[in-house]
This record gives sequence, structure tokens and C-alpha cells, in this order.
Amino acid sequence: MSGHSTYEPKTGIERWLDERLPIVRLGYDSFIGFPTPRNLNYWYTFGGILTVCLMIQILSGVVLAMHYVAHVDYAFASVERIDRDVNFGWLLRSIHANGASMFFLAVYIHMFRGLYYGSYKAPREMLWILGVVIYLLMMAAAFMGYVLPWGQMSYWGAMVITNLFGALPIVGGPITEWLWGGFSVGNETLNRFFSLHYLIPFLIAGVVGLHIWALHVPGNNNPTGISVKTSNDTLPFHPYYTVKDGFAILLFLMIFAFFVFYAPDVLGHADNYIEANPLVTPAHIVPEWYLLPFYAILRAVPSKLGGVILMFGAIAVLFVLPWLDTSKVRSMRYRPLARWFFLFFVIGGLGLGWCGAKNPDDIFLALGSHDGHATGITFLWLARVLTVYYFAYFLVILPILGFVEKPKPRPASIEDSVLGAKAGPQDSAAKPAPAE
Amino acid sequence: MNMLNRLLIAVAGAAALAGPALAAEEAHAPEPHTWAFEGPFGQYDKQALQRGFQVYQQVCSVCHALDFMSLRNLGEEGGPFYDPEYPNPNDNPIVRAIAAEYMITDGPDEFGEMFERAGRPADDFPHPYPNERAASAANGGAIPPNLSLIVKARSGGAEYIRSLLLGYGEEVPEDVNVRPGQYYNPYFPGGVLAMPPQLYEGLVEYADGTEATPEQMAHDVTAFLAWASEPHMEARKSMGFMVLIYLFIVCVLVWLAYRQVWSRVQH
Repeated sequence: MSGHSTYEPKTGIERWLDERLPIVRLGYDSFIGFPTPRNLNYWYTFGGILTVCLMIQILSGVVLAMHYVAHVDYAFASVERIDRDVNFGWLLRSIHANGASMFFLAVYIHMFRGLYYGSYKAPREMLWILGVVIYLLMMAAAFMGYVLPWGQMSYWGAMVITNLFGALPIVGGPITEWLWGGFSVGNETLNRFFSLHYLIPFLIAGVVGLHIWALHVPGNNNPTGISVKTSNDTLPFHPYYTVKDGFAILLFLMIFAFFVFYAPDVLGHADNYIEANPLVTPAHIVPEWYLLPFYAILRAVPSKLGGVILMFGAIAVLFVLPWLDTSKVRSMRYRPLARWFFLFFVIGGLGLGWCGAKNPDDIFLALGSHDGHATGITFLWLARVLTVYYFAYFLVILPILGFVEKPKPRPASIEDSVLGAKAGPQDSAAKPAPAE
Repeated sequence: MNMLNRLLIAVAGAAALAGPALAAEEAHAPEPHTWAFEGPFGQYDKQALQRGFQVYQQVCSVCHALDFMSLRNLGEEGGPFYDPEYPNPNDNPIVRAIAAEYMITDGPDEFGEMFERAGRPADDFPHPYPNERAASAANGGAIPPNLSLIVKARSGGAEYIRSLLLGYGEEVPEDVNVRPGQYYNPYFPGGVLAMPPQLYEGLVEYADGTEATPEQMAHDVTAFLAWASEPHMEARKSMGFMVLIYLFIVCVLVWLAYRQVWSRVQH
């Protein structure tokens, strides 16, 4: 998509087309000849995996929409009809519902990879920001998609999330009613959620195009974080990375297939097989697993508005991350302190997810008992500690660490890091760290 | 709006600090039980499904509906009365005979009148009550839940349903208040429900001669309801096996290609 094109049209048709619409050239430069660092590991295959996830969701979703009825009286029954009477409808719905979980699994690995190898740093700030936009759109699409089956969790999840906007002073009430299209979650809400749920994936596809464009201008980051210097540092995307991504995609599809065929409901909630009932509140309202960390942050704050601000802040902070991290070194492979803080950040994120799934009053660590009930640290307090760490990681640790941390020596080039590892590791590590 | 706000606060856990946790009665964990349909290769036990259907028809269907299900489902692949000779369940004589036992209100006819006729496999399972109000009025305010999804709609699944059916008759703890028309069952969240104990020794006379103990009936009807929750489970598992084998083979081939391609360069 950028830089010097190495495409040479070979046939008459290609030459004719190349002078009018150089689309073959675009494809060649983006996915065939594109120079890619030769040291990308398997953590770098998740971009390709995510592309496959998006295509699976769109294809399965388009067919499901042919059978789905967006009306409060028929939505639940139409989903049951898909499961029972539509040919292979059970398969399509299982792919689509579990596909959302697989999509988030892959995007979280993709994001943690970016955080570890410093892929958000200059000159890839736009790439990172577009990625966060995609992530936001994914959450919106997933939330609205979860409402469509119109089960108990669909309805009450929609109620909780839309009510969050009501926490805003003055404008909160009108905004909430505007979102609902009425005075409560109802048929109008379901209709607009269906419309938006169908729209957002195509917005995501558009932003993915920009994301790939923004990737192909500076090129891939890599596990050393060192910029590409010569053509010896790179390999053409095809066949080296098409085959590596292809292998990783197939492995991922096996995990995907396991859930689709052998545990289709394990990631969902039993209550969503009960039709939505505005008069009966479920005992525990929990979102899907991939939103649980943010749910835990929301509940960690005693004030409703404060919780909403912190929850949205948890994502907003990602947008400014490129300017919060002050370190000159991209990859945490060479940042002896940062990699520990990163490890705790990953554990903390998983811990927040755990807190989101638990009742806040449940005991996380029992310290004694009172009246026959265990007392100790509750999940609420665990969530509070982890929320503080989540924000401290971005707002305190990364800004300060850049000044106080002494990075380890880095290889002179990607080529050196690859060949040096073969010849003798000390050799390359001993070289002085070059400017990046 | 006030109700919604209170709900949100409760849900958001902000109220968690205000006082001790509500000491809700902890329900018993469901009794472990072995099912034919468990595991990656598990299939429904057709005999159990047939007996379970008999229990549903003679006992449960008095109060509980099977929404979203048609009588023809009984004769579809994976169902209790599937017969490979009749791939179209509408031709299956057993299903036709079962359907014919029901009287279905159809119409309107050419004079605008509703009329009664014998059921056909294409008909839905008839509802026990004309509407929710009637169901509620007949059951002391509680609406008997739809059973076609009950196994998927309860955490604990089949084991929970079986445990609940057999879980009556235990001594009521002091802190549980059982009002008239209510029954104590430690497997039910909260411990108190409106459904009376149902399965008594010899309640049904099984067509296949199996002794109708409460345990047997609970096992059979739960297996039937598991099938009702997921009639395509057998197709799902057998297709999954083929898909995984296919993916594994392609995966090995692509891995070999990957080794071959990357052997040309140092990495």
C-alpha cells in the first residue's frame, strides 16, 4: 500500500488493468511482496486470525439475519426456529455466538502483544488508535448482538448498560430515552439494535482497511522492536507469512470448532434461554465474559457516575497510550522492569474479569468468620485494587518507567538478532544499542 | 425510573458496602448422574426418550408447555420415534398415531367458524392453558415454565432437573418459610417452589415394561427434556468430529509446507 512497488504486470490483461485500476498492484504490494520482518513470532499471527474472525461473523450473520425477526414478540421464537427448524441453523448460530467469543479472545491476545512489544509507539500511533476504534466498535456490536435473542440476559443486560448513560448529569435522562426510543427497553430498542448490529461490522471492515493501511506505511513492528534497516531484515509476506499465518489460523479454527461443536453454550448464560421478561429480574446480571473486566471496574466505584466515568476511561486511556509511555525502547524484551509490570497488568486484567463474574460481596480471601459466615477480602475490594493498578499502569508506571529504567542492550539489527541467535547469542547482545 | 435506578445500583454493586450480604438460601448442588448423551460421542438413549415422552405426556404436559416444538419433531432424526424408513416424520405411523390423540382447534373454515380436528404431525404441541393468566390462576400465581428449553435454561442442566424432581420430602430448615401451596426442595434456588412433588412409584405404566420407579421416571423425563432442548445434538457431535479431523489433516499439511518454506531462510 505504500513505498516502492515491486509489482510487474506479466500478462496483457494485467498491464491493461494496471494503467486503469492498479488493484492487482495494490494486492500484490500489500499481501505478496510486502517486506515483513523475518523474526515475527506466533503472537504476530493474530492479525490474520482476526481478519478470518470478522469474515466468519459477517458471513454467518448475514444468513442468520435472513431468519431472525426483530420484534419483541417473535425474536426469541425466531432464534429457537433457527436452532430447531432452519437447515443447519443450529450450526450457524453456534458459529456466530461462539465466533464473538473467539473474536474477543483473538483481539485480547493481539492487544496484549501490541502492549508487550511496544507496537503502539512512534511511528505506529495511528495504527494503534485505529485498533482501539475497532475494539470499541467490536464491543458495541457484541453488546447489541447479545440483546437480539431477547432472552433474560439480553433484556437485563441492555437495561443495565443503557441505564449507565442515565448517570450523566442533566443530559443523562434524555440520552437514555433517545437510546431506547421510548421510556424503557422495548421493541424500538430491539429494532435499532438490530439495525446497528448489522451496520457496525461493515464499519469495522472499513476501519480494518485503514488499520492495514496504517500498518503498511511504517511496516510491521517485530519482537525486537528495532526498526527495519536493510532488506536483509525482511522477507516477502508471501509465501513466508501467508503459510505461517495460515498454519496459525488453522490451529485457531480447531479451538473455534471445539467450542462450536462440543461446548456451544459453555460461554453463554443459561438465563438467556428464558424469554425476556420485564417483570422478573434475574438473580445475577452478568455480561458476556469479554466485557467482565469493565463491568468489574464499573462496580468497583461506589458512585454510579464515577463508575461510568472510570469504565469508559479504561478504554479512553488506550487512545493516549502512545504518549504516556516515555520509554525510547519499544520491545519489553529489553525492558527488565516494564516486563514485570506488564505481566502484573495481564494478571490484573484477568483478575478483573474474575471479579466481574463474581458477586461483589463474595469472599476472595477468607480471613476469619463471623456468625458462621466467612469474612475477609471481598471481590469488591479485589476489583478496587486491580482497578487502581489498571490505571496506574498507564498513567503512572509507563510514564515514569521511561525515565528510570535502564534498558538491556539490544541487537544492532533484526538480521543480527536472527543470525546472531544461530551463531552465538552473546555476540549480538554485546553490541551497543543503536538508536531506533 | 426509580425502580430502574434502584435496580442499577443493586446490580452495580454500589449498595454492596451498605450492609451484609443477603443471606439467600444456598441451593444444594445437583446430584451427579450419568447420561447417555454426555461426552463428545454421547448420543440420546432412544428407549429413555420414548419413556420420558410418556412421562411428559401423562404427567408434565398437564401444566407445562413444549413451546417451539411440533409433534413431527418426535420422528425427526435424533428424536425418540425416528425411523430411518420414514425420513419424513410426517409419514411416521407412530408419530401420526401420537398426533391423532390430540384434538386441535383449527380454522376458520369457509363459514368463519373454528373447528376441532384430530392432530397431525405438523401441529405444534398443544398448550395446557389458553394463556398466561389462565396458567397463573390455575397454579396459585406461579406460571409453569416452558419445558422445551428447561435443560439449557437452568445452570446445572439435566442434573439439576433430575435432582429437583427427586429432591422433595426433605425436612424443612427452620429459616425457610413454606406457605400453603408451596413446597420445599433444597435443589431449587431459594428452596421453595409452587410445583408439588410429581413422581410417585408406579405413576405411569411404561409401554416397554420398565419398572416405573421415581428414579427411573426422573431419569427418563430428564433425558427427553434434554433432547427437547437440543434436538440436533447428535448431528452436532458427529459433524464436529469430521470437522476436527479435517482441520487436523489440513493443519498438518500446512505445517509441513511451513517447514519447507522456512527452511530456505534463517530465522
